[in-house]
Amino acid sequence: MQDEVAFGGGLLNLLPRPMGAAMTAVLEQLLNGAQFGVMLFLMAAGLTLIFGIMNLINLAHGSLYMAGAYVAAATFAASGSFLLALLAALAAAVALGAAIEIVVFRTLYDREHLDQVLATFGLILFFNELVRMIWGATALYMQVPAFLAGHVELLSGSPYPTYRLAVIGAGLAVALLLHLLIARTRIGMLIRAGASNRAMVDALGVNVTLLYTLVFALGAALAAFAGAMAGPIFTVESGMGESVLILAFVVIVIGGIGSLRGAFVAALLVGIVDAMGRAFLRPLLASFMSHATADNAGPALASMLIYILMAAILLIRPQGLFPPRGR
Amino acid sequence: MAEALLETRDLCKSFGGLVVTDAVSLVVAPGEIHAIIGPNGAGKTTLIAELAGELRPDSGSIHFAGADITRLAMARRAALGIARSFQITSIFREFSVLDNVAMAVQAHAGHSFRFWRSARRDARLRDPARQVLAKVGLAERAESRAVALSHGEKRALEIAMVLATRPRLLLLDEPMAGMGPQDAAGMVRLLAELKRQVTMVLVEHDMDAVFALADRITVMVYGRIIASGTPDAIRGDAEVRRAYLGEAAA
Amino acid sequence: MSVARRSLVIGVSLAALAVAPAIALAAGEPFYVTLLTRIMIFAIAALSLDLILGYGGLVSFGHAAYLGIGAYAVGILAFHGITSGPLQFAVAILASAAAAAMIGAVSLRTSGVYFIMITLAFAQMLYFLAESLNIYGGDDGLNITQPSNFGRLVDLGDPATLYYVVLAVLLVLLLLTRQLINSRFGLLVQGVKSNERRMAALGFPTFRYKLAAFILSGTICGLAGALFANLTLFCSPAIMHWTRSGEIMMMVILGGMGSLFGPVLGAALYLLLETLLSGATEHWQAILGPILVLVVLFSRSGFFGMLTGERTTRGRADG
Repeated sequence: MQDEVAFGGGLLNLLPRPMGAAMTAVLEQLLNGAQFGVMLFLMAAGLTLIFGIMNLINLAHGSLYMAGAYVAAATFAASGSFLLALLAALAAAVALGAAIEIVVFRTLYDREHLDQVLATFGLILFFNELVRMIWGATALYMQVPAFLAGHVELLSGSPYPTYRLAVIGAGLAVALLLHLLIARTRIGMLIRAGASNRAMVDALGVNVTLLYTLVFALGAALAAFAGAMAGPIFTVESGMGESVLILAFVVIVIGGIGSLRGAFVAALLVGIVDAMGRAFLRPLLASFMSHATADNAGPALASMLIYILMAAILLIRPQGLFPPRGR
Repeated sequence: MAEALLETRDLCKSFGGLVVTDAVSLVVAPGEIHAIIGPNGAGKTTLIAELAGELRPDSGSIHFAGADITRLAMARRAALGIARSFQITSIFREFSVLDNVAMAVQAHAGHSFRFWRSARRDARLRDPARQVLAKVGLAERAESRAVALSHGEKRALEIAMVLATRPRLLLLDEPMAGMGPQDAAGMVRLLAELKRQVTMVLVEHDMDAVFALADRITVMVYGRIIASGTPDAIRGDAEVRRAYLGEAAA
Repeated sequence: MSVARRSLVIGVSLAALAVAPAIALAAGEPFYVTLLTRIMIFAIAALSLDLILGYGGLVSFGHAAYLGIGAYAVGILAFHGITSGPLQFAVAILASAAAAAMIGAVSLRTSGVYFIMITLAFAQMLYFLAESLNIYGGDDGLNITQPSNFGRLVDLGDPATLYYVVLAVLLVLLLLTRQLINSRFGLLVQGVKSNERRMAALGFPTFRYKLAAFILSGTICGLAGALFANLTLFCSPAIMHWTRSGEIMMMVILGGMGSLFGPVLGAALYLLLETLLSGATEHWQAILGPILVLVVLFSRSGFFGMLTGERTTRGRADG
């Protein structure tokens, strides 16, 4: 019946029906997990870089994500151009990030983490209310851009939204670019040096203030990019940044603070575990429990799964999978 | 000849490609002051950290009073009677001088799951603390906040704290560091008084102090022991002189 | 000097709290009784956090979780028809203690930023757990049909009685924690905050003491949660939302960290400010947020410190 090209569709047809369906479901969840994972990576990468270089914990990072989503949604609705929306989101986040950095963070660099946490908490309250004031309390709706609408046939009979595949692709591309930036360019070398010994970099005559601002702008851009891409998938509303933020923290803790590689691995791990858990725990439990119990226990356990994973990893490696060296 | 109180066997540690402890085999007899000297970068502080339990060696073993303590954590070693003073004074800055020493007494006065009685009024903690403070000459400063002390006084406070734990072995990492001649002389006097009562491993750059105090001296260069013996033997050792060529004795 | 001022501030505050219900009811404004009860309950929560934060230096960003556990203990038992007050409170306390033990056992293996993030994550986990339990109302929360039953001892259904019960609990806790702070255990906790490396070098096995403090703190907060459930006759995941943890922490800072009475003032300040601002404008968070930022950036010793002329220990990062 389907004329579209299918990857490996022929193979699947050899398997008995239920197995094929199960495999399709698993593949779908793997992809959902990967899509969520790359978005988490974009958030976590910024956070871990900022923490690694500037020793600053920034709760308002979620607000930058939210700003990206809101500006992208508003720009897209007004102009119809997805590209313009992305650019606007990036510009807005960088501008906002710079403003926060100058007004608030310059004082916070020297302070203990408690102060940083509390001050950025205050910022969150402010920004969450600000978007309500500008755009109202109801969620904004962002359409999937036309050129990315529709589905791709992965395996026969299983369409997967093109947009989500695009998000995965974009996320991986950014991850690669980030890796190249950090590992292969002079700026990247300064960033790595700064992460390992700030005072030395300063003593060598590098403009540390500029470096900090650049790193912060980079982090903000990554967050905004994630937010903009999230627009068509998640609800664009006040407070949307915080749940992603906390998961980004989980990713950083699992991956190891300051490690981009750790953030990447951990983000994909977290995304996939989460997706699989939500999809398959309830049916799995239902196979040996009553349906009523499974209906409660399934979602409950699924929502806790990532944190249990984090706890398990911490018990074995308290510094994460790729701990910072020499600290 | 009494059995060694502290002994290391082929202790090795590297950081990446850099070897900081190179097959160090050290023997410290009970009651002696054993000085470890060497140029900067010789790995002396790293060795102290390994002896104290802060750093885990890559290979080799450490023995204290006959028992293998290589795997023991720092707090456990302290409970066995190994006390340490740090290169950069490590005290409780916000507390009073007396509080600082009383805390040290508390560490070895049973468990601290006591939630009701005021510890500041507990004679079992305060009296021994005052005695130790008198010994190091800080009795008048008992109520001052530790942060208000001079550098030399802070170093003395740290010595008081380690003494209050009634240790069998003291690991002293450059106790004379940053001290003017008067304070340094006072510290030497104090340590000399403690001779025979406490075994000491003393890392120092101040050669006057070292030769005044040490019963035996071990010389380390680039993580490896190049000589070990009595002060006279070390003074006459050609290799040692070569290692120190160009370095003025303090 | 400051001892006298401390006693004065504390004395006046407690006296005011003692007579407030009578005045409020006489003036025909029962709302204030509820508000003050709420303030005192959060004062208890803030006090519990100050123990480990102000004295122990442990930045636990997930304390609202224990508030929620305490509340849900009462709510869930009531849902199943178990309304005995002693039983509900016992479960609330034990459940919070157990949760704090488990969370602490994992979190305390880390320190610094890791610790902050992990405590935050675990609190979020419990929030999602509560949200997903549809049988107990999920996101909508759970109505509690009647307050905890203490028989003829007290009637928690009467607002004035509940007020005085909460006040009594607060007073007892203030006295107990004051003893605790000066005990061997209390000094140890403060020593860990001051210089943990030195504590370990002296021979203290610091982990077990940190864990004990953490459990104690969570348990007291759970007690506050059980009281909260009786105040609102409602429990929902919103109690455990991570912003709630941030609010409790703000109360500690506003009032004055590491002072035990500071958190009480901080809770009053925060909740009064919130009540005032939300009455003035629906966008009150846009005002409260910047106020918090300013307080963190420029204030040192909180409100209590301001009143008594004392300095506290917040500020610069060490080394």
